[in-house]
Amino acid sequence: MRSYSWRTFVLELVMLAVTVAFAFPLYVLVNLSLRDPQDPSSAASPTTSPTTQNYADAWQQAGLGGAIANSALVTIASVVVIVLVSSLAAYPLARSTAAWSRATFLLVMLGLLLPFQLALLPLYQTIRDLHLLGTPWALVLFYSGLQVPFATFLYVGFLRAMPRDYEEAALLDGCSPFQAFRSVVFPLLRPVTGTVVILNAVLVWNDFLTPLLYLSGSTQQTIPVAIFGFLGQYVSQWELVFAGLVIGSLPILVVYFAMQRHIIKGFAGGLKG
Amino acid sequence: MPARTRTRPAQSAPPPLDEPPTRRRRRPGTLWLFLVPALALYAFVVLIPSGRGALLAFTDWDGLSPDRAWIGLDNFQAILDDEDARAAVGQTVLVAVAIMVIQNAIGLLLALGVNSRIKSRNVLRVFLFAPAVMTPVVVGALWKNLLAPDGAVNWALDTVGLGSLKQDWLGDPNVAIWSVVGVVVWQFAGYSMVIFLAGLQGVPQDVYEAAEVDGAGPVRRFRHVVFPLLAPATTINLMLSIIGGLKLFDQVWVMTGGGPGHSSETLSTLIYKDAFQFGEFAYSIALAVVLTIFVALISSGQYWLLRRQEEASR
Repeated sequence: MRSYSWRTFVLELVMLAVTVAFAFPLYVLVNLSLRDPQDPSSAASPTTSPTTQNYADAWQQAGLGGAIANSALVTIASVVVIVLVSSLAAYPLARSTAAWSRATFLLVMLGLLLPFQLALLPLYQTIRDLHLLGTPWALVLFYSGLQVPFATFLYVGFLRAMPRDYEEAALLDGCSPFQAFRSVVFPLLRPVTGTVVILNAVLVWNDFLTPLLYLSGSTQQTIPVAIFGFLGQYVSQWELVFAGLVIGSLPILVVYFAMQRHIIKGFAGGLKG
Repeated sequence: MPARTRTRPAQSAPPPLDEPPTRRRRRPGTLWLFLVPALALYAFVVLIPSGRGALLAFTDWDGLSPDRAWIGLDNFQAILDDEDARAAVGQTVLVAVAIMVIQNAIGLLLALGVNSRIKSRNVLRVFLFAPAVMTPVVVGALWKNLLAPDGAVNWALDTVGLGSLKQDWLGDPNVAIWSVVGVVVWQFAGYSMVIFLAGLQGVPQDVYEAAEVDGAGPVRRFRHVVFPLLAPATTINLMLSIIGGLKLFDQVWVMTGGGPGHSSETLSTLIYKDAFQFGEFAYSIALAVVLTIFVALISSGQYWLLRRQEEASR
């Protein structure tokens, strides 16, 4: 191992400067959200007497509480369905060598090539006919189906590299395939389940276009749509908007900072597979 | 590990027909049931609507009435004749390529930086990656303020003595789309960084040090040792960023709405406007078909390259 040289020191300073420049917008975001609207100084200069009044006002006027609850409901429900159906589907796709299994795998992988914009508009009509427009369940249904290909792809890759010994022992002991899956295979899938949960939770929580279409005119908004509406309404009151942005980002950022070690590993590992 | 799986007989191969019916015999028969929920959801949400979309693109459907007539390629002809649509298609491809190149160049440099021996590397990784988990709508709203004529970006340029570079970043038709590109790169450079970082950690330290002992400078070590081993990470990064760029919607919609004029229009903003503001459903779906063709061509081309590279490195 080489020691910490002066070159490393220069690199350290450069990287610190780059990161400070990179994080500057986030500083402005928090800084302005704490500012009294009467304070005329620049958005970048440190706020001298911070106030939390903007947060109280934004919380009330943007209906963020309801939007966070809605986003949480949609995200949790979608992720649970995605994990269950994709892990279950990946099992025969990874283990069976029959022709139907390979053909089905290709059919599912076709979904990785189709941009969701293509399905979004025709599906709009079906969702309307089912009277699900304007309800969070339309979104749960949409994300559950949309993310089957990618989640299944991750699960199949992981399963193919996993030895069969445990599940075979369970089957010989008289387990049904489903029992073997539930009590042996699924617990062994934990690392890849973590990746699937993280990737899909970020995707579902952040998505904007789908709820913009499927929930338009409804009172049950998700966070991105609520933030967008709030921005349109209060575009000249930036202190208020920024407080709303901070509130809207907090749930996902708290999750990120709490789990960042696993998330960075999961992102990298999941995308490598 | 293909060797391992091939040493065992295929588990779900049907048992010989003369075998007495036992518990085990049911297995191959019931296993396909595991696929039913996923396939049902996937067919309902993706396959059937995409297939219907591909058909509706050849009709004059308005999104409401049940009657529609088959009009052949008219919608696609109309796209070719529509100056705004042509411009949006060209701009979308240009923007996607620009995002791919800039985001990954910066992501690679950041990854090399935080993969070195600097002491702050773990903290820096956390901060550089944070924007990538933020909601794109929030990021768009934040930058709409920062890029305003009296916003923090122009203030910062003044402060560091680069006042001559001040712009109306989102209001100038020549600049607006490139401001959006800059925001997207800012948000997702950390994402590219993390994937490159995963690739860099796969570079064996002894190979790297052997090259150093042999007298290879940092540039040659990177070109001949590190970069070839980064090939899978590079391909995945290029693929994710260009597909994301082709579908770009959120940041554009929040920051410029496609304007001023149509100067920052992308395929996705046009699809949305045509369907939900102008009621041109069939035309909008034809645009979605165009988007699908671009995404499918690019991702299958890149997938093919990835496979070839991986086979070459074996």
